[in-house]
Amino acid sequence: MTRRGRVALKVAVWAACLAPLAWLLYRAATGDLTANPISFITNLLGDWTLRILLTSLAMTPLRLLFGWSWPVALRRLLGLFAFFYVLLHFSVWLVLDHFFAWAQMGADIAKRPYITVGMAALVLMIPLAVTSTAGAIRRLGGKRWQWLHRLVYVIGLCGVLHYLWLAKKANPDPYYYAAAFVLLMAIRAWDWLRGALRAAPSPRPSPQRGEGA
Amino acid sequence: MLIKRGGDIKSGEITDQALYLNRRAFMTGSVAGAAALALAPGAARAAAPPAAGQPLMAARNKAFDLPDATTKFQEATTYNNFYEFGVNKDDPAHLAGTLKPRPWKVTVDGLAHKPTTFDVDDILKMAPLEERVYRLRCVEGWSMVIPWIGFPLAALLKRVEPTGAAKYVEFSTLVDPDQFPGQKRGLFNFGGLDWPYTEGLRLDEALHPLTLLTAGMYGQVLPNQNGAPIRVVIPWKYGFKSAKSLVRIRLTADEPKTAWNKAAPQEYGFYSNVNPKVDHPRWSQATERRIGEFRRRETLMFNGYDQVAGLYSGMDLKKQY
Repeated sequence: MTRRGRVALKVAVWAACLAPLAWLLYRAATGDLTANPISFITNLLGDWTLRILLTSLAMTPLRLLFGWSWPVALRRLLGLFAFFYVLLHFSVWLVLDHFFAWAQMGADIAKRPYITVGMAALVLMIPLAVTSTAGAIRRLGGKRWQWLHRLVYVIGLCGVLHYLWLAKKANPDPYYYAAAFVLLMAIRAWDWLRGALRAAPSPRPSPQRGEGA
Repeated sequence: MLIKRGGDIKSGEITDQALYLNRRAFMTGSVAGAAALALAPGAARAAAPPAAGQPLMAARNKAFDLPDATTKFQEATTYNNFYEFGVNKDDPAHLAGTLKPRPWKVTVDGLAHKPTTFDVDDILKMAPLEERVYRLRCVEGWSMVIPWIGFPLAALLKRVEPTGAAKYVEFSTLVDPDQFPGQKRGLFNFGGLDWPYTEGLRLDEALHPLTLLTAGMYGQVLPNQNGAPIRVVIPWKYGFKSAKSLVRIRLTADEPKTAWNKAAPQEYGFYSNVNPKVDHPRWSQATERRIGEFRRRETLMFNGYDQVAGLYSGMDLKKQY
């Protein structure tokens, strides 16, 4: 892909990832945040966190399935946008929903499994965001950095569990996200298995497969 | 962030707003009403059947007035849980046009000496309609204050003369996927509720004067998304107990199966009284967000309706939630 193509792609991702926030601000400006604005804002930010996170997890499968190289270059940008949305999502819960009622929130984190896994996902995203720079990869070394960034699988799992456990039964939406996550992990597993099987009969070291996350 | 506040609005202004939002319907309704009055009483039946948005007049029963500000009509009719239309809060308001609230029959049967199928318009003549302002507390942790129009369910139940064996009442909502798109079964529509939506009360709860058979709100005929043409409102229980769009009321000897209890028995009990001390397994019930307000407020035992406490004397409400 040409340099111009890569720039266009990144501009498109920026625009796509900022669109939900622009939509939210537009709804706020026109007084159209539903009868329960705090719940509406929290849910919208949570939905987009999960969508962007799953999109970032879809980049490597795209490469595996179609041999494209360009999706992998978007993982960091998508991951950082997922972190941006989860911070907004958390801030709304902290400020607007509970207004710094620390004791109440602490009890919820400990007692409510959906909040526990949600908080876990948020906390686990911090080291990934901090080490998202080229300098951090250099300092950590590629192998260690790759291991650290495999945390994104745990984060994805926590994210879909958070939604599954908070939604009322009869709402099918969280199952779609869970199914997407399982599919994306299954493609990785299939690729890993394929590599392992191909490597097994060969006495020579297997060709380097994948780049982890 | 713009958060609209409704706390300063006097309840007197609310009705004006409701009428304002529906001014066209109010005008046509008034004309129809005037025409009906001008004709012989028998001819009134031939007038257009009452529809959502048409005025429904009833004297305010001041005994139930609350210090709380009334929720805006616009909010009470666009933020609804009514899974027959869909699982999202705005689905009912968007899709409610498919429901046809007339003609409508309600069968009241089971353990009764005079089981009867009534036309809904005949039910509305059984007792004088009154307006009552009730708190509504949803199990999800939000609440509203709504001026309902109806009369105590007891008046209808007494018509059919329950037998001595009757101990419970079961309510059933209409099943018709053409009118209720949320009842359509699709490839991705799994894990939902079983239709019909059923709810239930103990007979003494159903006969309690607070339990309101309801056909209107905010001075007008019940909008489809709020359970037209007829529903119950049980203000000391979580909102899902107040079944909507009723086609059957059955007197039984055994505790009826209820829709949410069947879907998630560990989360929703038969009684489902509003109780700040008994948490939902997945969230706290200690506080609630009143629609239109910013800060959460404390949830009250029995939603503030202490007069029902006697119904549960001797019961462990932590176990029988």
